[in-house]
Formats: sequence, C-alpha cells, structure tokens
Amino acid sequence: MAYHVVAAIEDMPPGSRRVIEVNGRAVAVFNVEGEFYALLNRCPHQGADLCNGLLTVAVTSTEPGIYDFDPSRNVIRCPWHAWEFDVRTGKSWCEPNRVKVRSFKTEVRSGKLIEGPYVAETFPVKTDGTYVLVEA
Amino acid sequence: MNIALTDTADKSSARQATALVDCDIHPALRSAADLRPYLSLRWWDYLQTYGLRSRHGFAKGTPFPKIVPGAARRDAWPESGPPGSDLALMRRQHLDHHGITMGILNPLSPSGGDQNSAFSAALCSATNDWLVDAWTSQEPRLKASVLVPYEDGEAAREEIRKRAGQPDFAHVLLLSRTSEPLGKRRYWPIFEAASEAGLPVATHVFGYSGFPSTNSGWPSYYIEEGAAHPAGCQASIASMIFEGVFDRYPDLRFVVIEAGFGWLPALAWRLDRAWHRMRDEVPHVKRPPSEYIRERVWISTQPMEEAPQPQAVAQTMADIGWDRLLFASDYPHWDFDDPKFGLPPSLSAEQRDHIRFRNAHTLYGL
Amino acid sequence: MNLQNLGAIDCDMHPVVPELKALVPHLPANWREAVESRGIPGFESNAYPQRAPITARPDWRDDAGAPPAGIDRYRKAVMDRWQLGHAIGNCIYGVHMVLSEDMAVALATAVNDWMAAEWLDADPRMRASIIVPWQNPERAADEIDRCAADRRFVQVLMPVMAEAPLGRRHYWPIYKAAERHGLPIGIHAGSAYRFPVTPVGWPSYYVEDYAAQSLGFQGQLGSLICEGVFSKFPNLKVVMIESGVSWFTPFLWRLTKFWRGTRSEVPWVDRPPLEIARDHIRLTAQPLDAPDDVETVGRIIDQFQSDEMLLFASDYPHWQFDNDEVVPAGLSAISIEKMAVQNPLATYPRLRETRL
Ligand code: FES
Repeated sequence: MAYHVVAAIEDMPPGSRRVIEVNGRAVAVFNVEGEFYALLNRCPHQGADLCNGLLTVAVTSTEPGIYDFDPSRNVIRCPWHAWEFDVRTGKSWCEPNRVKVRSFKTEVRSGKLIEGPYVAETFPVKTDGTYVLVEA
Repeated sequence: MNIALTDTADKSSARQATALVDCDIHPALRSAADLRPYLSLRWWDYLQTYGLRSRHGFAKGTPFPKIVPGAARRDAWPESGPPGSDLALMRRQHLDHHGITMGILNPLSPSGGDQNSAFSAALCSATNDWLVDAWTSQEPRLKASVLVPYEDGEAAREEIRKRAGQPDFAHVLLLSRTSEPLGKRRYWPIFEAASEAGLPVATHVFGYSGFPSTNSGWPSYYIEEGAAHPAGCQASIASMIFEGVFDRYPDLRFVVIEAGFGWLPALAWRLDRAWHRMRDEVPHVKRPPSEYIRERVWISTQPMEEAPQPQAVAQTMADIGWDRLLFASDYPHWDFDDPKFGLPPSLSAEQRDHIRFRNAHTLYGL
Repeated sequence: MNLQNLGAIDCDMHPVVPELKALVPHLPANWREAVESRGIPGFESNAYPQRAPITARPDWRDDAGAPPAGIDRYRKAVMDRWQLGHAIGNCIYGVHMVLSEDMAVALATAVNDWMAAEWLDADPRMRASIIVPWQNPERAADEIDRCAADRRFVQVLMPVMAEAPLGRRHYWPIYKAAERHGLPIGIHAGSAYRFPVTPVGWPSYYVEDYAAQSLGFQGQLGSLICEGVFSKFPNLKVVMIESGVSWFTPFLWRLTKFWRGTRSEVPWVDRPPLEIARDHIRLTAQPLDAPDDVETVGRIIDQFQSDEMLLFASDYPHWQFDNDEVVPAGLSAISIEKMAVQNPLATYPRLRETRL
C-alpha cells in the first residue's frame, strides 16, 4: 500500500475531479462538497471512463409518484448507460452486491505530515502544502 | 432456425480478421444551416418558419425527455455542436479507437417522417447530399443511408433512384414508427426501388406514427417508450410477411436497427402458429413466417440483450441465426454498445467475427 | 404424468354469451327497453370473429358451426375429459369495448349475474372472473365489491388493450379493490379498440390482429411495473391470459436493462423488473408460442428462473391445440403438476378455500 498524491487541495475545489494513474490503472478522484472519493476509472459494465460521468444524487422513493431527492446520496452516473455508483463505496445502485466498481481510500494531508511511502507522479510536493491522496 | 456456420475462419485474410462494421452511427447537423446549401429557398424558409413537424406536439425535443442530454454519451460532446456533428471527434473517439473499418451513418434528425410530404422529400434529399459532402467524401470508412420520405412511397422511390449506384450509400433508411404497418401497399415503391438499386431497407427505431407507442395508449415514461420500440418492428415484420412483400420483392433484404433482438425468435414462433391457424385468410403466404424472417431479416445487436443467464443470449442469437446478426454501436448515443465489451463473452471467435463484420460484408456486398 | 389424476385447474376457458337476449333478464329496466327500442345487435368482439378458426376448435363448435355456448359442452369437451378440479370462466363478451361507462356498468353487472346463474350455479367446479366496467375505475371497484361477496368469483378481468396502459394510476381503484378481496387481475387478449392494434396503425388481416395481442401484453407488463403498481399493491398478482408466453422473458431482459440506466425516472421500481415480474406475474400456458420441441419449450421455461410462472389453461373453445395436446409439449411431469395444481392454487387464494 502506498499513498498517491492526486493534487494540491487548492487545485481540487468542490465539484472537481481528477484522474490519476495508480499502479498502471486509472483512478478517478472526486471532490464532493469537500469530501474526496476515489473510484477505479472504469465502469464494470462496458468499460466507460467514469470520470466523464455525472456526479448527482440517487433519487429514491417511498411510493409511486414520490421522488425523494436527498442530496447526500451521491452517485456517479456512468457517461454511457447511466448506471449509478455510490461514490463512497463504488456499489451500483441497481445491484449493489453483484455490480460494483473498486473504490479507494482518500486522505487529505499536509505535506510535512506525509510520512512513509508516497508517490507524486506529475508534480513536486511542497512540505508546506496540503494534498489529496489516494491509498492503493 | 439454427444453422451451422461454414468454416470460413481460416480463409480470412489478416485485414478481414480485424474488420469491424458498425451498422449504426448517428451523424448530426451542427445546426440546420448545414442543410441550407441543399434546400430551395422555399423549403429553407419553410424550415425557418414552421420547423419540423412529426406527429407529436413538442416544438423542442420529443414527447419523452431523454435520460441524458441529446440522448448522447456524456463523453461524446464536441467543443461545439451536438454529439455526432464533429467528424474529427468521431474519428478519434470511435472509428480509430475501436478500429472500425466501416460505419453506416443513420441520420435521425431530420428523419424521413415529417408530416408535410413534399417538405419531407426536400429534407431527405438535402440530408443525403449533406451526408456525401460532409461525411462520406471526407472519410472513406463511412457509408451513408438513403434517407427517404417514407410516408410517400412515390417520392421515396424517386429519392432511392436518384442515389442508386452511388457507392456512398449502404441502405435505405426508415424509422420504425410508420403511419401504417410497413407491409401496406403505400410502402411498396420503397421496396421496389431498393430492390432495383440492390440496397437493403433498414428500419431504425423511433419516429412518430401518429398512434400511441403501445396499442393500449401512451405510456408515461421514457423507459416504457424504450421498451416498447420492438413492438412496432414486430408489427411491421408481420405486416411485410402477411402482405406478401417478401414474395413480391424476392431481392428485398430488411434490416432492423436498435431494437435489440431478444424478441425476434418469439415473434417468429407466434407468427408461425397464427399463420398455421389462419392460413385461409392469407392464401398468398405460402411458407411459414419464420422462414421469411430467417432468410430476409437481418438484425442489429444493439442495445445488446443482457440476461441473468448469459447463455440465454447466445442461444437467442443461435435461434435467429449467426449469419443474420449485425454489430451496431449507436454511437454517439447513450445506449451505445462497445464492440469489445458489448458482445457476450461466451461467443466463439467465429461467432464474433460473423457479428462484427462477416454478415455485414455479405449483406452490403463489401 | 396423467392430467386426469390431478384435479387440474383450467385457468382460462370462455363461457360464450349466446346472444344479447341471454343477458336481458339481468339488465335494469331502462336498458332492457333500450336493447329493444334501439335495436342493439349485441356486443360480440371482432377480436374473435365467430367463424375464424382460432375462435373455436372445429369439434367443439355447435351444430351450426358457432362457438359453443352452455356449460354442458364444456363439461364434456374439457372438464370431464381431463377430470378437472376447477375451471375459471373468463367471459370476453365485448363489455370492455363499450364507450358509455353507464352502459358498461349495466352490461358488466348483467354478465356477472348471468355467469353466476348459468355457469357457477350449474357446476360446483366452476369459478369465474369478475367483468368490470374499467371505463370508470371507481364504478369498476364498486362492481368488484358487489361480486366479491360471492366467493366463486376468483379474479378481476381486464382487456389487454384498453384506453390507457393499465399501470396508469387512473386504474388503481380497481387494483385496490382486487387486492382487498384477494383477487388477482387477469389480463386477457382482446382490445377495447380505442387505438389501432399495432403501434404502427391498423393491419390488413385478422391474423395480424391476433398476432398483435402479444404486443399489448408487452406494453402492459412495462406499464404495470414502471408505474409502480406492485410497489403500491405488494399482494397483487396479475395473470396474463392467452398472451403467447414466449415473448415474456426477452421483453424483461430489455426492460431490466433500460431500468439500470433510467431508474431515476421511476425510483419506486427499486429492484430489477425481472424480479418484480417473477413475483407478481403469472402466465396461462395456452397458447405457448414455440415450436413443439422439448428443447425449446424447456429453455423458455428455464428462462423464467422459476417454476411458479405457468398456469394450466385449455383456452376453450379457442383452437390452440388438437386432440389431447392440452399441455404444451416439452413440459416435465413435475412442471405439469405444478402448472395444473400448485401454481393456480398459489395464484388464486379463493380456490384454496374450497379445494375439492
Ligand atoms: S459502461 Fe457504464 S453503464 Fe455501461
């Protein structure tokens, strides 16, 4: 396991997303209102890049005709066939136990606090900066 | 209905082994102005003033709002213009990326189904000119459809004759929701002209017949509209058989696009039973309907059927016939099928090749 | 497997109203007068033209060649022949086609009373579906309440082509009443002819009209699921009668696939349509649109992923089979028994009350 630096925190404001390469695989990282989530950038259905999907809310319902729109139920909707995946867990909305996309732990750390192995592929990490990290 | 495949795999050249024909790509106008050079002043003015009218009331969009903007993949929007309007992006994202060796362009807007027949004929002709100028002459991997004003058989025949022999065109294109079942006499000039021109007739789902999309009235939701598309195709295939179209036009080949294919064997079985029971009503139909379907109907794979038992999909394909299935992606639309990951993994290399290019090569004479 | 020993339950047979005259005694006075004074010829449906082969098996027709009326003929041709335990009568006289809801109410009531008098009283094995004036769902619910007091009515009957897709909430009073009384909804082939029988207009031939019935079932299955009928009425079962069967699973593949991408439009559909259908839909097994081979029929049944879907039916007097082939070829003994007995008993709670 290693930490991979995604971006300096100021470069990933809420609503933004980034794709980084982790051990040869693309990982999509999303800032959802200040929380960072990371998913494998590959839809388990037919392989679309999830980073091109729509970050939105999974609508639910208690009975026909009622649309419950709870903004905390964030999902990424695949850019192709619109399957929804929970940004936290990667589980698909339709078949959570059968269809899921791999999710990764994220962390936000100040540069000087980073200890142990980390990988910054595209830019130098300053010791006084704060960074978004993916653990993989 | 099942037939054994001929063992052609070893004869295929390296080029063929990597060939991939996509029977359903949707080009879009950047804006209506793209058609201006090809429309008379009268029809250009008409388009500006009255717009497209196709048997539904919505001035913008369609009766059922799509689930995504423009019914398109979210990654298929060019920097400007709608999805499907940018050849460079289509090349990069689709043709090159998937190694497509031939793609057939099926424009949906305008379609050939405008309420005003004369206007529809002008729009179709303009669109066909545009398809050649903006697409097929620019990109050798692309072929066009002959868009026809299908509710007016005579005008459609004229348009087909105009394009006959032009190698830019692969088939004649109709939308599936015609105003009458497709076997009716009013459509016969289309079949006649297509047969003369050696072009298959393709029907792509959508369009507005003026009747509800189910025979019990209008559904409420887009999901139902999508699920209901094959119903119109089923009725039209039945109509073509019982009206004697396939006997009358022995060279006619019929292609169904974007309706999926899971329903086709059940339709063939049902029509056989009904024909067997009511043969006296249609004495001109000499053979079981399933035989006409087996011989004369090709069907595109998209949207690929997905079943909880994956072998069921392959079995359905076998019922239809491995030589009658055509790969289609539906690029740039959201229900796109990826040529690599869209097909059931259990298919043999040979079955895959048939779907990916062999059947299309045979059908389109490549 | 011998059907005779099972006490099989025929889940689809058609009592034929011989003539409007037969209903007149059951009509209110003003309608009795109107039948006479307006010269109303009757409400037979063209969905089954009297002389069309499908409408009645040749050896079941009466001496004049008309579809057989009366319970005696049915008893002889089917009930006694296969020693049935029960039979469910679905009268498809054209009440569902009538345009005036007032007339529909009067006729539905008359048909139900006629059914009780001529069929239910005539044989203890007979059961029937309630004909409803679906033209006005509130009044249809009233008719359900009225008839449900007679426990021999075991189902509510709707036509597969009505005035709107049957999942529409407008119809829900009917489902509410049916669920309350433990009655499944039977949807039978046939049209109210409000729309062309195909989504692309009127076909030329009757054979196309008959073939198009299965398209109606496809639309209704989509509607019932997408509108959330089974979320609202979790105990409701729907029986698709004379639908053809083999269209069913492929349609659900497609619907389920679309649902994964479009479920935000219908969030009350909170599990795959395939699963909802498996829990709530049943299908009568005549006709079964497939070649008569064991392999294909076996595959169609296997694709249900459930052995509880099919219900035995003769579809009498419709000509679906010859000789004694009332059970579609290709069914194992065990599935025949399920289909002929257990599945109907599980589907129709009222049959369990009086199982002979
Ligand atoms: S590729 Fe993501 S939903 Fe199909």
